[in-house]
Amino acid sequence: MTAPARASGTALVEKAPRPRRPGNSRVSPADVALLVLGACFVLPLLWLVLASFDADAGHETRVPAALTLENFAAVITPGLLLQPLWNSLLLSAGTATATLAAAVLAAYPLSRYRSRFNTPFMYAVLLGTCLPITAIMVPVYGLFVQLELLDSMPATMLFMAATALPMAIWMTRNFMDAVPVSLEEAAWVDGASRMTALRTIVLPLMRQGLAVVFIFVFIQAWGNFFVPFVLLLSEAKQPAAVSIFSFFGQHGAVAYGQLAAFSILYSLPVLALYVVVARGAGSSFALSGAVRG
Amino acid sequence: MPARIGGRGLLRYLPVLPALLLLLVFLAGPVFWAFQASFTNTGLTGRNARNPGWVGLENYQRLLLDPVFPLSLWLTVLFVGASAVLGQNLLGLALAVLMRHARRAVSAAVGTAVVAAWVLPEIVAAFAAYAYFSRDGTLNQLLGGLGMGQPDWLYSWPMAAVVLANIWRGTAFSMLVYRAALNDIPTEVAEAAQMDGAGGWKRLAFITLPMIRGSIATNLMLVTLQTLAVFTLIWVMTAGGPANASTTLPVLAYQEAFKFGDIGYGTAVASVLLLIGAVFGVGYIRLLREGKR
Repeated sequence: MTAPARASGTALVEKAPRPRRPGNSRVSPADVALLVLGACFVLPLLWLVLASFDADAGHETRVPAALTLENFAAVITPGLLLQPLWNSLLLSAGTATATLAAAVLAAYPLSRYRSRFNTPFMYAVLLGTCLPITAIMVPVYGLFVQLELLDSMPATMLFMAATALPMAIWMTRNFMDAVPVSLEEAAWVDGASRMTALRTIVLPLMRQGLAVVFIFVFIQAWGNFFVPFVLLLSEAKQPAAVSIFSFFGQHGAVAYGQLAAFSILYSLPVLALYVVVARGAGSSFALSGAVRG
Repeated sequence: MPARIGGRGLLRYLPVLPALLLLLVFLAGPVFWAFQASFTNTGLTGRNARNPGWVGLENYQRLLLDPVFPLSLWLTVLFVGASAVLGQNLLGLALAVLMRHARRAVSAAVGTAVVAAWVLPEIVAAFAAYAYFSRDGTLNQLLGGLGMGQPDWLYSWPMAAVVLANIWRGTAFSMLVYRAALNDIPTEVAEAAQMDGAGGWKRLAFITLPMIRGSIATNLMLVTLQTLAVFTLIWVMTAGGPANASTTLPVLAYQEAFKFGDIGYGTAVASVLLLIGAVFGVGYIRLLREGKR
């Protein structure tokens, strides 16, 4: 690689501030610095990819002697991978649906009516987004024991929906505020109720925003380890996040190649979904909705 | 109630009810339960599970006398300070600034690498980080290649390993926040400063940073809150060990409640964590309100 050397050379010569997006073919110091930092971020992932194709993978990162799909074949079995993935799908889709439904309903009055109730409510909700969820897992466990909800998928979904709700309400209200009220007025004149107007006019117009919220919550739920780890006990109900841990994380002899293959298969859906969000609505757009309120 | 909200007025807020119920039952409920249970000797199993007794401040007294608690408080401060406030925040800012000066292709590729670590399910990220820092993992392979020492990170330097892993995992958030903030700065401002002869560093220190002050404060609050709650990464990499050397508050609360079966004591630890979270949460909201004025 000669690029870094050449770049540091240009760094010494080029003192004048350069335009923001240099169109020339030279590599700037900023490019080099970024590439070095980027490499640091890729390195830990390298092992995951290489080990998954390596028949006798260990901790070390190396190019496999022979590329093999053995690891993938070994983990793609109903008990090991498919059932947990199906559980993950159920849990995430259920959580995202419940969150979105509750968030849309809550956002409507908050977006459309003026009341002194709105601001305190929104700030209370915002405080909810700040709650360290890991801190309430012990009391939540206690609550689930008392209500006899332990090991219940629907109850776990509802709890995960509650943890996602504060953020979802803020995002949904922002998207709803962007839909002008004047569009609903015509429907009211025709005698439609508020809820009918919400369903037939407002929601279709904020479809993309709703998709962003849904996918956001789905990704979070799909990757969540701690909540199902504490609340779902029976193996048949555990999502992939927990089954991968109990299978590979706690036992002595670890098949690292299979662990890597499992990890990749489990990660692919959320990586794909993230690309959809980033492409469709713009990740910074979604994020600014989430962060700034 | 103000006169404006009569019976009909309140009825309009009926759609908020499902969200409100979820938040009250699953978030507010457990928080209050936590504070209450921390004054009891509630156990996970056995006599104390069925008939918990009121023990007053005993759990908190135990906290103060238990040598692990101050250690774990300190480790939490260290973890949050080093990985979030310094690591993620500064690295995220550096990446965002560099991206403005780099070519589009480079900044897109590096952005993807950084975001990938963030989008991956946390358990997968934790496994990857575990392999990366293990005795014969990628990091030691690199260090060996450079002729440097190869410590057993997870045993000799567990905090360094989890701090670095969390920087790797979480920097994307700060990067996205700062990219959005920098994009909001009008280009004329930078150009005017350039005309006046301000160099790159001067422009950064005296113009760019003051202009994104609000985003910096917001980001600091949010990464602090997120990092305060980190459990899975540490649990998979070191399980809090060796000998509590990486036991942060979430890990301690989990261990006390679920491994040693002492829910009362575990919730006392969790309550401390909740209080710290509340302080930062309130600070965050005050910041946002000031920003709106």
